[in-house]
Amino acid sequence: MIGRHKHCIALEEYSREDILEVLDLAVSMKEVMQRPIKKVPSLRGKSIVNLFFEASTRTRSSFEIAAKILSADALNWTSAASSVTKGETLVDTARNLEAMKPDVLVIRHASGGAPRLVAEHVGCSVVSAGDGAHEHPTQGLLDCFTLREKLGTLEGKTVAIVGDISHSRVARSDLHAMPKLGAKVRLCGPPTMIPAGVEKLGATVHYDLREAVEGADAVVMLRIQHERIGDPLIPNTREYSKYWGLGVKKAEEWLKPSCVILHPGPINRGVELAPEVADGPRSVILDQVQNGVAVRMAVLYLLAGGKHAEGVEGKA
Amino acid sequence: MSDTIFIEGGRVIDPANGVDGVRTVVVRDGKVAEIAERLERPRDARAIDARGKWVTPGFVDLHVHLREPGQEYKETVETGARAAVAGGFTTICAMPNTKPVNDNASVTELVLARAAAAGLARVLPLGCISRNQAGEELAEYGELKAAGCVAVTDDGRPVVSSSLMRRALEYAKAFGLPVAVHEEDPLLAGKGVMHEGPAATRLGLKGIPAAAEDVMVLRDLALLELTGGRLHVQHVSTRGAVRALREAKKRGLAVTAEVTPHHLALTDEDVAVSGYSTDLKMNPPLRSADDVAAVREGLADGTIDAIATDHAPHSLVEKDLEFDAAMNGIVGLETAFGVCMDLVRRGALPERRLVEVLTAGPAGAFRLAAGTLARGALADLAVLDPAAEWVVDPARLRSKGRNTPWKGKRLVGRCMYTIVGGRIVHEEVRAER
Repeated sequence: MIGRHKHCIALEEYSREDILEVLDLAVSMKEVMQRPIKKVPSLRGKSIVNLFFEASTRTRSSFEIAAKILSADALNWTSAASSVTKGETLVDTARNLEAMKPDVLVIRHASGGAPRLVAEHVGCSVVSAGDGAHEHPTQGLLDCFTLREKLGTLEGKTVAIVGDISHSRVARSDLHAMPKLGAKVRLCGPPTMIPAGVEKLGATVHYDLREAVEGADAVVMLRIQHERIGDPLIPNTREYSKYWGLGVKKAEEWLKPSCVILHPGPINRGVELAPEVADGPRSVILDQVQNGVAVRMAVLYLLAGGKHAEGVEGKA
Repeated sequence: MSDTIFIEGGRVIDPANGVDGVRTVVVRDGKVAEIAERLERPRDARAIDARGKWVTPGFVDLHVHLREPGQEYKETVETGARAAVAGGFTTICAMPNTKPVNDNASVTELVLARAAAAGLARVLPLGCISRNQAGEELAEYGELKAAGCVAVTDDGRPVVSSSLMRRALEYAKAFGLPVAVHEEDPLLAGKGVMHEGPAATRLGLKGIPAAAEDVMVLRDLALLELTGGRLHVQHVSTRGAVRALREAKKRGLAVTAEVTPHHLALTDEDVAVSGYSTDLKMNPPLRSADDVAAVREGLADGTIDAIATDHAPHSLVEKDLEFDAAMNGIVGLETAFGVCMDLVRRGALPERRLVEVLTAGPAGAFRLAAGTLARGALADLAVLDPAAEWVVDPARLRSKGRNTPWKGKRLVGRCMYTIVGGRIVHEEVRAER
């Protein structure tokens, strides 16, 4: 392990310096991705195991590609096709896999705190790819990386996060990281989607979309899960879209010309973002995806890189 | 016809502006142009001699069932609006439990269109709390507000699910709408048809305990505290509810409340005295004398903000039945003032407070631009004769509904003229005097 942390589980635990260490390294990693031969031997002989208890294509592929560019061996494991269906517990699953000596376990789980639990029972490093509504640290890091790349810096910038904040681990990770880099965060959504006490995490709350996005340097749009039965937070997506969706007219009239639009994906086209806005000039959504690989390369390197780290410029 | 009206020498009672004294009022171009102790009568003004009468802002009723769309045989927006102005009401709030229910812009627009065509009382619709009033999903409050709704309610029914009520209070915050609630635990109320107490016991009718209302009021006050929204408790009828509201207001919670004239005037014993008359069957039911005393105190001391009639017209088909089978509800727009003046004469309510809870109080609860006679305000006024004696003749009621416990009874206090937007929309020909 090179970086200051053995695990990457929560940005709440990362200091400003920790975050910057990842972002600065990711710049070099991104350069590697532009080469015709996207391979460096930095993590050769290391193994990264993806332990995904929740569905994912984007994040899992991103970690897999990141591992492979660094020459690590990557293994994918999904709960549906495993002994979890026979009732094997999380800790048992992790320890069994750990006995096969991976260097990093990348875990996505529906329960907040699951990666922490695993980390307490295994000897290798653990990366959270998202735990319930708690955190998605690499997403928070790639959002910061993207904003720094597009805006030059986060110092003094205003970022609006719009959507179902109460269920969003992305919002929480962003909220822990961005103020440490000097940004002001505004949270926006219907009152039913704003979690209790969120102002204490250092953000202002706005029910009105216009108020939240006017003057903002960046807007992070979150996906709405409208299939929530038993505790309906909104009447339907039609009304959500009308009052909190970013349509073409609203984007044109309310956003600063320099404002960039982010989305962790997958997008509900027409609900939180109009297709023209998702594909429009302010959108940096696809940059986020590319930056995600670079940031995950940096995180894996910091956790698993050792004496034989080679081939990455500017970092020992 | 002149656009100017000259109302001379009446006692102007306008609590919103702290006015109570003899004044002359000039209405011009739909607005209150001047109010002063002495004014020159403009030429070609329609003159109303208001000496010995009260001149007040037009009354505001937060709770009226207009039955349209879907049940026009009971009442229409037009007949309800006509009954309203006959009672001195210039603004009425229409409940959404129509057929179809008002959970969308189309029904809201229909109600507003009918009201505009009638050209009588102003009608402000309320939208549903839940889609189809089914108590499961939120209705589209943004759409309802944009179409003209001033609040949301599932009235007729309580909101049984606490989580839905919580979400309703939260979601309504985004649109600045109060959530108005019919407080009744349906499981406690069961098949009750009148207040649970000695009268029900003697009559052999199933009772609805006061606690059925109290538990929901307490629940919703707790949810109000959790969510920081705005709550309006409809037709308060119990001592427990008044006590909870008083304490909640003392703590600064954003709650308002209304009470009906019949809950101020009648008790469960009146059901017995009437011989099972279904003109005394409504929900919440007429309560004990102690409950009535409590709501009177609550109205006088500010715990309750408004009188609202819960005007609920039904046809004979629905009321001319045995007590158990009859539908709940009585009409109230045309008798409200007379019934409430009786309270005033008994010393249970000061005159100024009566006018306040019919004007500024309700307007304030829903933040309506009504219930005021300030210069420049819309000319919505009532000219009332507090001493006019009249007998309630069902055949002469403007409402289609005849279901009133005061049929054939003598009331003292009547609205003589009603003006909406500077037009005289009601004129009571002087009869019994």
